[in-house]
Amino acid sequence: MPRLMPQATPIEVRGLVKRYGEIVAVDDVDLTVEVGDVFGYLGPNGAGKTTSLRMMLGLIRPTAGSVRLFGRDPQLSIKALEGVAGFVEAPSFYPYLSGRRNLELFAALDAGDSAARIEESLEIVGMRDRAKDRVGGYSHGMRQRLGIAAALLRQPKLLLLDEPATGLDPGGMRDMRDLIRELSARGMTVLLSSHLLAEVEELCNRVAIVRSGRLAYQGSLEDLRRQAGEGYRLRTTDEERARAVAAAQLGITEVTAADGGTTFSARDEVAVSALSLALAEAGALIVELSPRHASLEDLFFRLTEDELPDVAQRATSGNQTEVAA
Amino acid sequence: MNPGVLTVYRWELRKLRAQKRTYLGLGAAILVPLIFVLALVIEGGQPEEVAFGRYVNSTGLAVPLVLLLFGSVWMFPLITALVAGDIVAAEDRHDTLKGILTRSVERQQVFFGKVLATFTYAFLAMALMGAVALGAGILASGFNSITSLSGTEISANEGLGLVIASLGVYLLPISAVACIGLLLSTVFRNSAAAIVGTLMFSLLIQLIGILPGLESLHPYLLSTQYNAWQGFLRSPVDWDPIVRAAWVCSLYALPALAAAALVFLRRDVAGD
Repeated sequence: MPRLMPQATPIEVRGLVKRYGEIVAVDDVDLTVEVGDVFGYLGPNGAGKTTSLRMMLGLIRPTAGSVRLFGRDPQLSIKALEGVAGFVEAPSFYPYLSGRRNLELFAALDAGDSAARIEESLEIVGMRDRAKDRVGGYSHGMRQRLGIAAALLRQPKLLLLDEPATGLDPGGMRDMRDLIRELSARGMTVLLSSHLLAEVEELCNRVAIVRSGRLAYQGSLEDLRRQAGEGYRLRTTDEERARAVAAAQLGITEVTAADGGTTFSARDEVAVSALSLALAEAGALIVELSPRHASLEDLFFRLTEDELPDVAQRATSGNQTEVAA
Repeated sequence: MNPGVLTVYRWELRKLRAQKRTYLGLGAAILVPLIFVLALVIEGGQPEEVAFGRYVNSTGLAVPLVLLLFGSVWMFPLITALVAGDIVAAEDRHDTLKGILTRSVERQQVFFGKVLATFTYAFLAMALMGAVALGAGILASGFNSITSLSGTEISANEGLGLVIASLGVYLLPISAVACIGLLLSTVFRNSAAAIVGTLMFSLLIQLIGILPGLESLHPYLLSTQYNAWQGFLRSPVDWDPIVRAAWVCSLYALPALAAAALVFLRRDVAGD
């Protein structure tokens, strides 16, 4: 077992910048991934996710800013990667060696007893049958799974995965999600980058959304949902009257008729409970009153598309979120 | 146990063993002397133009020496560059650096493991060439005494020692070529460019060697060092060219190696 300070934060990124000439690939990113997180690093292709991951793994030098993995700087020594594993972009292997031979090579370059975990890791990703074949003949999905196996050899406490579901068929994607959930349940902290909202929504408890190298949002998924313009759906015994009452109520906006009922937005839950009382007093008795989750997808597009900076601002103004934009 | 340079070295050798180009180089090192001796046997002639050329039919000891002279133009530089120019660039081609650099070995350990593997291959190629040339030559022309460049007769046993020493000295410019190949492999991140570049460098130096008016540069050209072994084939042994080869080759090899290390240690490992 690597000697790690139990209290050290798995990932602390501060003011991270990577510039390629005129192009700013990563622009002043702050990230904190806590122990036990399944952290989604979300953004469209080309938003700088992979570049950030490469800096986290010490593969490229930041133009400015710092990365700390369990308190250690991967720029200074490979020792910072103790207890850390993962891959950036598609995992790569020596095509002229077999899958098992590739794992043997990686295991040999690991401190610790990675070599003893080769068969187990192959088993976990379901690659034992093909391990004797040359990687050159593997499909993308098989390489992806071998990449996870290569990471698991290190028995990481922190797993960094770059678009782990890319190129997988639906079954493979489901397996990958199940695996990540299982690893997380075993206590592994996971950071995964993705441009697939469904993946992140299903797996992650915290997310960062990045757009053109800059963070547009960082925080819990619940906060993000709440800020996704959460509304309410209302059905009463008297819709006409209900809408009139709602429209006059303080803290209630966007009152609209919608398929046999009414939808509205509320400033907070106090405004909603005040409305329920007002409706009862007005004689429009509530049949249904439920929060309506706006699709995260809508929010994602709002946050990652340029023309709506006000939304991005709103999304980062939540009290539990860190604002970096 | 923590992995280090030797772990990387061992795996670099395994990687070389699994690649075709390794066998291409080593195969050439074996085939060229075989073909040469076969041609001698079939044709019965001898290369008159080259030093020791006229002894190839009277003693097998002359065969490796003629090949050393002939091979310095491009063959041995090419065999060396085949691996030296590829050993870093191949990682870029397969995008595998990100894999090995996120395990538990430092970059400098990876680099020096690769350097050791490159040298091992280059030396092995020369040793194979020498052994095959000696073996085939002795089979074809016998294990007889050889006439030195000073005209004295050297016994077969003593001659064998001197031939082996010559092969050893030949490794000096070969090492310099290997370092240049490594540098170009690291900088270009492309095998073909690095191999051709190393060969071009080698040929360019030879070109300087034949340009008029630059005679004062000759002792310091890499191409001149390929002939340093001839000091052993004089009586008494002339150490001057051998000593000079040692330091001149270092002047080519060490800066190239240092530059390659610096680039490798500082580079960004990003995709294309």
